[in-house]
Amino acid sequence: MSEGIETLDTFPKLLMHHARVRGDAPAIREKDLGIWQTWTWREFADEARFLACGLAEAGLKRGDHLALVGANRPRIYAAIAAGQCLGAIPVPLYQDAVATEMAFPLRNAEVVHAIVEDQEQVDKLLEILPQCPTLKHIYYDDTRGLRHYRQAELQAYDALLARGREIYRRDPAFLEGEIAKGRGSDTAALFFTSGTTGTPKGVVLTYTNLIERSKVVADWEHITDQDVVLAFMPPAWIGQNIFSYAQPLVAGYCICCPESAETVTTDMREIGPTYYFAPPRVFEALLTQVSVRMDDAAAPKRWLYHYFMEVARRVGERIMEGKPVSLIERLRYWLGDLVVYGPLRNVLGMSRIRIAYTGGEAIGPDLFVFYRSIGVNLKQLYGSTETSVFVCIQPNDKVKPDTVGPAVPGVELKFTPQRELLIRSPGLFKEYYKNPQATMEVKDAEGWFHTGDAGYIDADGHLKIIDRAKDVGALTDGTLFAPKYLENKLKFFPYIKEAVCFGDKNDKVCAFINIDMEAVANWAEKRNLAYSGYVDLASRDEVYALVRECVEKVNADLAQEKEIANSQIHRFLILHKELDADDEELTRTRKVRRRFIGEKYAPLVAALYDGNQSVHIEAQVRYEDGRTGKISADLRIADARTFPPAAAVRAA
Amino acid sequence: MDRGRPIGEVLLAVEGVSLAFGGVKALNGVSFDVYSHEVRAIIGPNGAGKSSMLNVLNGVYHPQQGRIRFRGEEFRDMDSHHAASLGIARTFQNIALFKGMSVLDNIMTGRNLKMRCNFLEQALWLGRARREEREHRRAVEQIIDFLEIQHIRKTPVGRLPYGLQKRVELARALAAEPTVLLLDEPMAGMNLEEKQDMCRFILDVNDHYGTTIVLIEHDMGVVMDISDRVVVLDYGRKIADGTPEQVRGDQKVIDAYLGVAHA
Repeated sequence: MSEGIETLDTFPKLLMHHARVRGDAPAIREKDLGIWQTWTWREFADEARFLACGLAEAGLKRGDHLALVGANRPRIYAAIAAGQCLGAIPVPLYQDAVATEMAFPLRNAEVVHAIVEDQEQVDKLLEILPQCPTLKHIYYDDTRGLRHYRQAELQAYDALLARGREIYRRDPAFLEGEIAKGRGSDTAALFFTSGTTGTPKGVVLTYTNLIERSKVVADWEHITDQDVVLAFMPPAWIGQNIFSYAQPLVAGYCICCPESAETVTTDMREIGPTYYFAPPRVFEALLTQVSVRMDDAAAPKRWLYHYFMEVARRVGERIMEGKPVSLIERLRYWLGDLVVYGPLRNVLGMSRIRIAYTGGEAIGPDLFVFYRSIGVNLKQLYGSTETSVFVCIQPNDKVKPDTVGPAVPGVELKFTPQRELLIRSPGLFKEYYKNPQATMEVKDAEGWFHTGDAGYIDADGHLKIIDRAKDVGALTDGTLFAPKYLENKLKFFPYIKEAVCFGDKNDKVCAFINIDMEAVANWAEKRNLAYSGYVDLASRDEVYALVRECVEKVNADLAQEKEIANSQIHRFLILHKELDADDEELTRTRKVRRRFIGEKYAPLVAALYDGNQSVHIEAQVRYEDGRTGKISADLRIADARTFPPAAAVRAA
Repeated sequence: MDRGRPIGEVLLAVEGVSLAFGGVKALNGVSFDVYSHEVRAIIGPNGAGKSSMLNVLNGVYHPQQGRIRFRGEEFRDMDSHHAASLGIARTFQNIALFKGMSVLDNIMTGRNLKMRCNFLEQALWLGRARREEREHRRAVEQIIDFLEIQHIRKTPVGRLPYGLQKRVELARALAAEPTVLLLDEPMAGMNLEEKQDMCRFILDVNDHYGTTIVLIEHDMGVVMDISDRVVVLDYGRKIADGTPEQVRGDQKVIDAYLGVAHA
């Protein structure tokens, strides 16, 4: 880290610093028209300066909110920086949110100016304009399809930038003065939480919150300006924002923006990131792809894969953590690296990864171990928007799959008697925007943040999270019921995409299953199983048998764990539709909203418990274009074998 | 419809065209015109002569009677190569792509007429050939971006689903930077979502590049939504011509589609 950086207490100051000391080094890359284009730090800084001048002339002032909607593009990040140059507060919004979901944040933050990516976003904002009386200016980047829009609110980003460039050339002092006025204690950004319950809340984070946390972790993990990150999650997610805005500005590394959402895997292979952050479901999807393709491979290849994956499972992690391993096993692993792990890492685009994090929710241990055993240094991280992400990280030399590691320097942890985790950290948010009541509920007078997560610290000082404190329940016999833990176990199977477990205050656990269309379709194809679509496939006897096998394996596993052996899954059904964020069954970050699902499908839950063999359902679905329709189906309910805790035997 | 370039002069005029194969009269004295920058549809039941009409415009068939004028000039002995060099490109009902070649290479073939280098220059990869290749690649990449097919750039066409193949075919036709684009049943065999996508792309092409579009389509709903004017053919004759609203209410059209006893 270069000299003097400690005095740079805001992102604009950091940006200008990088433009000075590494002006020609790459800051952001983007694949455009098939070729990777580079913005150097100087270009990044200039874009932000000019844009800021344009915005200032249009009336954006210190303390105002600037809404941003779009995918990962250099210009989204330039817009964040531009807003901050003026002391305005960027409010990134999820680009895949439907229009009505955007209305609340825009109204709540009294947004006047918004910078959006394209026609899709413009249409959404225009739709909710009547509900957002403060919104007066919408700047769009991609002009496609917008030439005939005549609304007074609209202006092209390019025009704004050109105007800003003129102003800056004439009077650079104004902007540099504005940048100098920024203080670390100022609000850096407002992130709206996905809102698992109730209306979203705007989390106010200061420059100090974000910069201090980014810096501590960058030092701790030896992140340098040589690292490369691929930014492919929504910029409105704090996780993405930290790794593609806050931390690069602290450490000076380069971020890369994929060409489109569909090309991420290809782009990742081309870029070869060294530092990587993705929620568990991304790792899950990648593993499913690998499994499906391995199933299709020729017999010798399949044999090689299974043989060496077994070797990896035995010793891969130990080798990575530098623990003693016999010479013959080392040789086997080395050979495996040559023929399986190396090529596999390459296909996944993970050849150069030094550090990969996963977080946002718990990851299935098998899934986690898979990546580590093939030599990807995947680690779990614990944190949330309110804590500027970094609370706990697994250390390189001691990764225990069922914990999230010890607290990062600067963080204090403690627990309530109900096992709820409390956190105090320099990264702790200032408040929920205009919601003192909600702030008071989670942040007490001594500055402890109530996470709502239940867990404990183990013998090595690592934090183990069991579940959400409010979701952890008990069966009637007193057995601990941790639904997410069970669901993650189920989701490890490539055929199962989502699972929702029920059992609190009941005598047994039952589950809803969503099959993974890609994996099950492939499986069905190989068995010449004809089906007409998702609903048909999901109701097949053969598919039920397949899922039952998975459930029984989970049960066999659970039988091994004393405290939760009784929470084995007795009955399950395969849902007639995929759980979808558009139907509010998942959050925008794709976490299942268990309570909502339980209420929406109450007759199904009841049927799971009353012993019926099938149940009729009529459900409303919402299509992507906002229309609604109805589907009805008869769902079968299947029983699964359970295992006595004592005489636990591995199924199949 | 509000559009970038206003609908202009008559670009293509068909005057009394008749075409017979042996004793079968595929087209019988058909006349209509196409304005520049408009979306013009030719519809009709099976065997009405739609594809024959398109093949006449494209120079594949030569009408026995009547004439066709393009930008006021008559063309009589036109072949498809000549038509292409005049700026008339087309897609086919049953997809005519190179299945084993990548999407990118397929679209590059659409630039064929724009290549200026000779065979030797290209084979030896001389400076001019290299420069030219780069220019063409840029043009093609713009089309790839426009039609949102970046993710399949390197995929062999044969492995793509039908709807995407249709989009690639449109891309290849666009690569020739045509003045007039003839689309032969661009929506045939597609599901609803693919149809909506295709409609959007056709309108976008028309709007963004100002390309005049003549399309044949079976699906009445789609045609009515995106066309400026519609010609209806039945048994080789023109039975109606006008805006979608006019055509929709025309008794002869209703009869042709729903069927009446022919005397």
